Amino acid sequence: MKLFPIRGGIHPDYRKELASEKAIVSLPMPALLYIPLQQHIGAPAEVLVSEGQTVKKGQMIARGTGAVSAPQHASTSGRIKAVTQIPAPHPSGLAQTTIVIEPDGKDEWAELPEPIADPFTADAHTINERVAISGIVGMGGAAFPSAIKLNLGTQKKLDTLLLNGAECEPYLTCDDRVMREHADEVIDGARIMAHALGVPRVVIAIEDNKPQAIEAMTLAAKPFAQIEVVGVPVQYPMGSERHLVQAITGRETPAKKLTADIGVVVHNVATARAVHHAVRHGRPLLSRVVTVSGAAVRETNNIEAPIGARVSDLIAYCGGFVVEPASLVNGGPMMGQPLPGLDVPVIKGMSGILALTAAEINAQPASACIRCGTCVTICPCGLVPVEMAAFIRKDNFEVAARLGVMDCVSCGSCSWVCPSHIPLVHYFNYAKGMINAQERERRKNDQTRVLAEAHTQRVEAAAEAKRAALAAKKAQATAATATEEKASA
Amino acid sequence: MLLAVGSLTVMGVALGGLLGAAARFLAVEENPLEEELKAMLPGSQCGQCGYVGCGQAAAALARGEAPVTLCPPGGRATAEALAKKLGVTADLSEHEEKGPEYAVIVEDLCIGCTRCIKECSVDAIMGANKLMHSVIVDVCHGCAKCVKVCPTDAIEMRPIPVTLSNWHWAKPEAGHTVH
Repeated sequence: MKLFPIRGGIHPDYRKELASEKAIVSLPMPALLYIPLQQHIGAPAEVLVSEGQTVKKGQMIARGTGAVSAPQHASTSGRIKAVTQIPAPHPSGLAQTTIVIEPDGKDEWAELPEPIADPFTADAHTINERVAISGIVGMGGAAFPSAIKLNLGTQKKLDTLLLNGAECEPYLTCDDRVMREHADEVIDGARIMAHALGVPRVVIAIEDNKPQAIEAMTLAAKPFAQIEVVGVPVQYPMGSERHLVQAITGRETPAKKLTADIGVVVHNVATARAVHHAVRHGRPLLSRVVTVSGAAVRETNNIEAPIGARVSDLIAYCGGFVVEPASLVNGGPMMGQPLPGLDVPVIKGMSGILALTAAEINAQPASACIRCGTCVTICPCGLVPVEMAAFIRKDNFEVAARLGVMDCVSCGSCSWVCPSHIPLVHYFNYAKGMINAQERERRKNDQTRVLAEAHTQRVEAAAEAKRAALAAKKAQATAATATEEKASA
Repeated sequence: MLLAVGSLTVMGVALGGLLGAAARFLAVEENPLEEELKAMLPGSQCGQCGYVGCGQAAAALARGEAPVTLCPPGGRATAEALAKKLGVTADLSEHEEKGPEYAVIVEDLCIGCTRCIKECSVDAIMGANKLMHSVIVDVCHGCAKCVKVCPTDAIEMRPIPVTLSNWHWAKPEAGHTVH
């Protein structure tokens, strides 16, 4: 298959060998599970259980609210210990409402929805509905509710389902292991998703540094002519949705548009496996494979952990730390976010837990920009990081937006290559946050103006009505006096 | 020929003079800038800027008598928009100290007098005579007019909390100097 080049990108030290040969192991059930209501993009779920209640494995304990949301399920059977505020696995460390389950050790299943016997004769709506109630979200990291993306077939003209097995982030090997060990489940999930989307073609893209995964997937895909397994060049950020689409189809996604606008829907391989479980077995998303790696951890692993297990449980399973880690990362080292601590739970979008040593991070103080232009050469989005950062440093977000800061995918390549160690991507994340905050403020002000005008109108109308009523009364009174006078005369 | 040229010249001069006179004597007093500035302000007439309403504040801004940071409920976005319109640099150092706030009615103290309801310029307070009042948080724009009229001091202003949905990365510390 002919591939197309993508612009820029970098070749970091991948260090996948740390965990790539470790087969997936199941985490022993921890003493407590912490299930946050918001593990996805969109509105948080709404609690359906109360303290003291017993729940079964797979029971829905919080339901989705609004158009973009996802429900949460009990990862095992047990008792609801509390519904409380617990720090989220989020760089801010802010607390969010979390359901705490005390497992009873029986791991008893709740009554699950019937498996869809033949998904390829079922209509798209039935499959979407199943994916939605199973709480499936994008497992590559962004955690966007998958059912919404599967529904795009009804709104846009699509031709390809692209399954993302690139896993371009260094250290991470969870998708690699899923593809090697559960290739059949991934392929089946992909076929079901393609059917729901109504697309004739499925492409599974895997970076060339995972030859065993390519082999396993090619073998599993052999019986299905519609599926193509493609090895893509090792080039960070190949796994970025837009870049992968360009590499496979040669089409570039326009700014502020989705890949679906150019006919391609992208899903992660682990998401496809979750869809397989939901449709074929009625099982909601209750666990995920997490890569625990980094030089600071005693034993690296790919762990299938129940949603809600704490990071500390996984680290303990791996034998704890060899040295105190300089940084704890949720996700990969390039785009991952710092973990606020070890007590936060594993959530649906958590692909890796990295305990990195100071030598691995190689943090250096920033110095002056030498205008070498390397960041411009490697920016995979074709932006000019040096210019944008200069304006953002002066809080000039308007010019930064005009230079395209909102089209930055925060891949971090610019920060990685910068010889002066300027935290470029940090500037862009800051600018994106500020621009969104300003937008919210602007919307609020517009709403205030509309309401204030409505209020003024209402008050004026009421005053007018009062005046009119008074005038009418007066007129009546005068008329009455006039009649009386006439009568007396 | 001469007649045509003559008559058109006379008409031109007469009408031109008329237009000139009209421009002088019938000129609209209002500064068009004022209208534009007024449209940028929240329009809730809260009076926190020290002027009677948004119209007067806009007039003061147009005359250059008021700073662009005059509008607390408008926040940073309004101040920046005004600064841009007026071509001045906004001094936002003071502005950031006080983040956006919303009003909360302490239920134990509310006597249901409806004074705050009448005062609220965006209809953000619900309630009725001798019944508990409550603020619709999403609508409240933090002008604090209600706080002043409450006879029992039952209304307090609270900062809008940082949540997972509105949190964002802070600016990188300026460890380096020149770009």
